[in-house]
Amino acid sequence: MTKLIEIKNLRVHFDVDEGTAKAVDGVSFDIGENRVLGVIGESGCGKSVTAHSILRIVPSPPARMAGGQILFHPRSNGGVQAPPVDLLTLDPKGEDIRKIRGKEIGMIFQEPMTSFGPLHTIGDQIMETIITHDRTSKAEARTRTIELLRRVGIPNPEKRVDDYPHKFSGGMRQRAMIAMALSCSPRLLIADEPTTAIDVTVQAQILELLRELKEATGMAILLITHNLAVVSELADEIVVMYMGRVMERAPAEELFNNPLHPYTIGLLHSIPVLDGPVVRLEQIKGSVPSPCALPDGCVFHPRCDKCRQGVCDGQEVPELKEISPGHWVSCFPQPGGRGL
Amino acid sequence: MIQALKNLFVPNRSPELDFRASQFRLVWRKFRRHRLAKIGMVGLFVMYILATFAEFFVPVDPRQRHREYVYAPPSRIHVVDAEGRWHWPYIHGRTRTLNRETFRYEFPENVGVRYPIHVLVKRTPYHLLGLVPLNRTLFGTAEGAPPLFLMGADRMGRDLFSRIIYGGRISLYIGFAGVGLSFFLGCLLGGISGYLRGRTDEVIQRFIDLLLCLPTLPLWMALSAAVPRDWGVTQTYFAITLILAVVGWAGLARVVRGKFLALGQEEFVLAARAAGCSDARIIFRHLFPSMASYLIVSVTIAIPGMILGETGMSFLGLGMQSPAISWGVLLQDAQDLVNLAHHPWLLWPCFFVIAIVLMFNFVGDGLRDAADPYARV
Amino acid sequence: MAHYIARRFLIMIVLFFGISILSFVIIQLPPGDYVSTYIQQLETAGVKIDSQAIERLKLRYGLDQPMHIQYVKWMRNILLHGEFGRSFQYDEPVRTIIAERLPITVGLSLVAMLFVWVVALPIAIYSALHKYSVFDYVWTFIGFIGMALPGFIFAVVLMYLVYNLTGHAVTGMFSYAYVGEPWSWGKVLDLLSNIWLPVVVTGTAGTAGLIRLVRGMLLDELGKQYVTTARAKGLSERTLLWKYPIRMAFNPVVSNIGLLLPALVGGSMIVAIVLNIRDIGSALLGAVLAEDMYLAGSIILVLGSLTLIGTFISDLALAWLDPRIRYA
Repeated sequence: MTKLIEIKNLRVHFDVDEGTAKAVDGVSFDIGENRVLGVIGESGCGKSVTAHSILRIVPSPPARMAGGQILFHPRSNGGVQAPPVDLLTLDPKGEDIRKIRGKEIGMIFQEPMTSFGPLHTIGDQIMETIITHDRTSKAEARTRTIELLRRVGIPNPEKRVDDYPHKFSGGMRQRAMIAMALSCSPRLLIADEPTTAIDVTVQAQILELLRELKEATGMAILLITHNLAVVSELADEIVVMYMGRVMERAPAEELFNNPLHPYTIGLLHSIPVLDGPVVRLEQIKGSVPSPCALPDGCVFHPRCDKCRQGVCDGQEVPELKEISPGHWVSCFPQPGGRGL
Repeated sequence: MIQALKNLFVPNRSPELDFRASQFRLVWRKFRRHRLAKIGMVGLFVMYILATFAEFFVPVDPRQRHREYVYAPPSRIHVVDAEGRWHWPYIHGRTRTLNRETFRYEFPENVGVRYPIHVLVKRTPYHLLGLVPLNRTLFGTAEGAPPLFLMGADRMGRDLFSRIIYGGRISLYIGFAGVGLSFFLGCLLGGISGYLRGRTDEVIQRFIDLLLCLPTLPLWMALSAAVPRDWGVTQTYFAITLILAVVGWAGLARVVRGKFLALGQEEFVLAARAAGCSDARIIFRHLFPSMASYLIVSVTIAIPGMILGETGMSFLGLGMQSPAISWGVLLQDAQDLVNLAHHPWLLWPCFFVIAIVLMFNFVGDGLRDAADPYARV
Repeated sequence: MAHYIARRFLIMIVLFFGISILSFVIIQLPPGDYVSTYIQQLETAGVKIDSQAIERLKLRYGLDQPMHIQYVKWMRNILLHGEFGRSFQYDEPVRTIIAERLPITVGLSLVAMLFVWVVALPIAIYSALHKYSVFDYVWTFIGFIGMALPGFIFAVVLMYLVYNLTGHAVTGMFSYAYVGEPWSWGKVLDLLSNIWLPVVVTGTAGTAGLIRLVRGMLLDELGKQYVTTARAKGLSERTLLWKYPIRMAFNPVVSNIGLLLPALVGGSMIVAIVLNIRDIGSALLGAVLAEDMYLAGSIILVLGSLTLIGTFISDLALAWLDPRIRYA
């Protein structure tokens, strides 16, 4: 498997009046070509900031790229593999990153209702991407746009291409959004909570569409969500984040069958089960701490029911370690625990 | 520089959030952090105190004509005499003399005699606000001594400073009176419009449109034609207040209506209705308290408009007339460019008008920010 | 679209009749009717007038008829014949006076509006894009002062300052030497040297207000999702700012015309009075002082109608700018 993008020890801090919020504090993962990586976590855990950092669209200030690398491997050109580009070193307003945005990496957002500017037609906004990156004629861009709209399942695309966004329903807009993200055949699609703001009935359709497109185009997907059901539908591999750090990372199957980190276990247990005996739903005790005052040691220790005093709340931060092939956990070893 | 500017405009954040504080306390706390608003508040308080108790604060009777001081420039207050000795602040008498070259009057000081400026100086007995008998004023020269002209004298030798302070009585309070009346009209019609909706709403809205699309100044002017010229000060005052309110209520009514419509959709109003509350109870116990902060803001912003309305109309000769003293009346003297060029101190009323309007705007701005105490800055 | 325009047009017609009624009420407001005022005027001038002539006058103005008939008569004369009545102060048809004075007021207001846009838009856009910079703070402060400055006081102060510093008396539209002269370069330059002051004074409050409005609106828009979307597409910062948020910020500019225009007209009138410009404001002032009510009422009617038309045009422009209105 060739790696497409590698995130190494990414740290993004926000300078706010209350202090420094460490929104992302040492996150590492990588995505291979044509793979789907799901990132899950509660809201505010830094998953969106991580995704936005890849495209360098985190508003700065207040955000500050405090460290790490995001290595993006360019397409091989006639068998010659160019060295990877560190996206964090690029000027966020410069031309280099703009050539990657939309062209190499497409992105779809959570809010389909506000993702399009209200004053221009859907077609115009999609064509804009094509014209910007591929320098095509307007007519050609339009043909491609209609084709894209057809492909994401918008009926009668020849006519709808000239419609304004307010004429599209939420699900339709998200489809159009996907069409826009795919317009230059990117190698990586970042889907930031793509189904959160959409009706449940349409959610499944959108996920199905993403799966089809992934198979057809060979692109990779970075799927950001707080919804375990969504991630289980699509992801090959899952990263669990909490307070800006990676808690656990494993292939999807492995994570659901054999979760190791207490936080992951808590998350999985807080899903209601329809079939089976009626039991009280488990919850993770306590609430999310302020990002400006992270706990020492393991960030999860104040809420962890396996927390051991003197170990988990010390100065040392647990390392992300590979327990079994492909299964990484950031937790202090339990005495006599399974593998930990 | 940036930090100083930022301190003026950006309220600093509250260190702690208190979820139990009443809405009033939250608003007040947030308001206090708005520095310009605080300055404005203090300034307004001082101005209103000065105007209200004008009799006590003025050094000279504002109606007293001093024939020998026609168009006298402001008195120079000395603390050091020609020999370099220090004294309690004093002024000299001045003699009006015609300069034979420029053909303009000049006021050289008679350096011989010093007239100290007394604090709590004795005056002929008077009644403060027509109620409290007093025989002293805050400061001024002794009776019989040359009067203290802090901001110069006008064409009849009357003290401009004293007239400005007195003028504040009409000019500052007409804002309150006019806003009070238009507030009543605005709440009534805006409330009816927003609560009943439907056809009534449509009719009232068109009426509001009508008033808003007309330029206010010509309307004021035209309406003032209905005020008979021979009316006394009090009658004219009320007529002007009425004109200002009749033209000015529309904007407020629109705010009230908008809030009524928005709040009508809120769950707590539906809940109150479901619980069987009467219309009156919903309106007065739920709707008005919820929009109180917005109303206060709108009123604060409306007051300077009213003050300017009176000033502008009187300035044009359509509002208050001499012998009434208002800032607009005082500014009539500043209309003539040549006159102004020779006696620039006649511009002092301008300063007061601008300062008052500015301070009201600051306070209004602070209130607007504070009105939504739960919003983050 | 057609529905929207039709509705706006209908509202305009309704408002026009509202204004006409209001103007008529204004004409009737002062004690005594037109003819008795006129007779009084003549008598103080020493002219004796016989009762037959009085009757004729009363008949001509329909003064013996009920109010609503008088109103209909007045309106019919205006709409069918363009006759507004007669000004006894000038002893001329009201129409002539308005035709002579109105262009100055309209011209001044329009130039002031242009001034407001040209000054306010760049400042507002720059301030919003450089939030909390020195430039932003300085203009916020100037805006505060600008909004607090009443036009007539500003005019007086500025007139005084210019006279004091340069010795040039900015009064009237032209210096004394050019009044009544044919047009020449000198006259144009002289006009420019005189006209800037009323334009600046009239436009200042509106400029301050518009800076505030557009800056706030643009800051709102800059935080919206579609800006991030456009950025993620790989558009250059300049392209995306101009195409999306700045373009959006033009909407309040257009929808604000309906409020800005009356303010400018009113503002230009009082400024013109201070500066001795013979516009419709000074005519109205004279009419009100002399209780020449046909002139006063007609001026209100004409000014009101003009701002109505202005508002209607801004409604059309808004529909053209914003597809959400166009296809609603």
